[in-house]
Amino acid sequence: MIRTPDAVEIAPGTHWIGALDPGLREFDIILKTANGTTYNSYCVRGSKGVAVIDTVKASHAGEFFTRLEQVARYDEISTIVLNHLEPDHSGALPELMRRAPQAKLYISAKAQLMLKALVKSADLQFNIVKTGDSVDLGGRTLRFFSTPFLHWPDTQCTLIEEQSILFSGDVFGCHFCDARLFNDQVGDFRFSFEYYYQHIMRPFREHVIDALELLEPLPLTLIAPAHGPILREAPLSYMQRYRQLASPLLHSEVGAGNKSLLVFYISSYGNTTRMAQAVAEGAETIPGVRVSLYDLQAGGNLPFVDLIEEADGLAFGSPTINGDAVKPVWDLLSSLVSIKVSDKLGAAFGSYGWSGEAINMIEDRLRGLKLRVPIKGVRAKLIPTEEELERCRDLGKQLAQHLTGNIESRVISMSELLAQEHTHA
Amino acid sequence: MPKSNVTFEKLGITVSVPAGTRLIEISEKVGASITYGCREGECGTCIMKINSGMEHMSQRSVLEDKVLQENMAGRNDRLACQAQVLGGDISVKA
Repeated sequence: MIRTPDAVEIAPGTHWIGALDPGLREFDIILKTANGTTYNSYCVRGSKGVAVIDTVKASHAGEFFTRLEQVARYDEISTIVLNHLEPDHSGALPELMRRAPQAKLYISAKAQLMLKALVKSADLQFNIVKTGDSVDLGGRTLRFFSTPFLHWPDTQCTLIEEQSILFSGDVFGCHFCDARLFNDQVGDFRFSFEYYYQHIMRPFREHVIDALELLEPLPLTLIAPAHGPILREAPLSYMQRYRQLASPLLHSEVGAGNKSLLVFYISSYGNTTRMAQAVAEGAETIPGVRVSLYDLQAGGNLPFVDLIEEADGLAFGSPTINGDAVKPVWDLLSSLVSIKVSDKLGAAFGSYGWSGEAINMIEDRLRGLKLRVPIKGVRAKLIPTEEELERCRDLGKQLAQHLTGNIESRVISMSELLAQEHTHA
Repeated sequence: MPKSNVTFEKLGITVSVPAGTRLIEISEKVGASITYGCREGECGTCIMKINSGMEHMSQRSVLEDKVLQENMAGRNDRLACQAQVLGGDISVKA
């Protein structure tokens, strides 16, 4: 039987005062949590003041305050730092501020709006900090690092300079509850670490790389994340793993300076297949674009998601069945939430029997994912004619021209744009 | 009625529109990637950078100004769902 711990000293004068949630099986609807989770909060004691770093989910506030009271009096608390405002870390903040009204609150600039939305108080006081700012607790200096979008706009990390301990917020964390707390004592949590990155951090890969540039030079002795085990054994190896995860798996075969266009299709009678081939043929006529063709019927979503993450342009071909695009297309399009696709180029095409709604629906979805969809898709009733296949080639060619930046500028009136859309619908 | 020529630089498309048209109406039709959000000037999702022609756009309302400030937008940023074109040439980064 593992004892639920009291406050746990993780370094001289620095304690874990978080909460355990072993029974949680699903986090924020989207994440499976087979081992529950922890909401990690920390207390740092200096000669001039005491700081609380992050709080816990409101439902677990009792545990948090019990542990806090074991290591500090409320009137000693001079500083509260919130590295991330999501409710699982800010839930106990209003009550903490009520109990320690003298404490100064430190947050990132982008956390302001979230703070105001979470703490409905007219006289809310807080201090905005950025990379390089610090707070002196007396022998313990808290230094802040702006690491936005990991995984919210507000996220930041806080370092105790004298101890080289990084309170990293959600970065390097995972949903894994084990009361033994430290990575060298808990059960094997590697799958949780990887799963957390894939679902929480991966859509923000570019920001992960920016943060690593900032954090990798630090001579850390311990990483204290806001969820899961405290990383005291080989802490830098977790940072290195993030670097690997944020890098492409294989060396890209698309040459430097070249662009990659992926054409996905699925077809009942071969008609949409022919259209996909024509799109690819058209795109290949433009130098500097590497075109790849994939049959969705035979592929798996996960490998395709990996490919899409690296690609510059995406075209989707789907038949229309009962007024909709077919399920494998939606399955893939709904899997893209875990990667960044905004600003990629998108397009749709497909054959249909009755009505052909799939193309507009796919285009709408692509726009919803913030792709650019500047070229109207091509629809063909049943077997595509040579003229329709030529339009597919032209679609591919235009996509490739957009990717290489060789687009011919054109001027169009709003009424022509609307007419074009009407014709297409 | 005065017309504006709004150029979407990444797309290479210039759209000639009547004065009074909101940027979001145009960006949606040309397939630019900033289309989503509340469309009521609250969420800040549709922030768009105006590369030139800001003088040909409607003044920021109090609401738009507040949302832009809260999102730490720059001087050349506008909310596409709020900003209207008034005539002349405008170029946007989209």
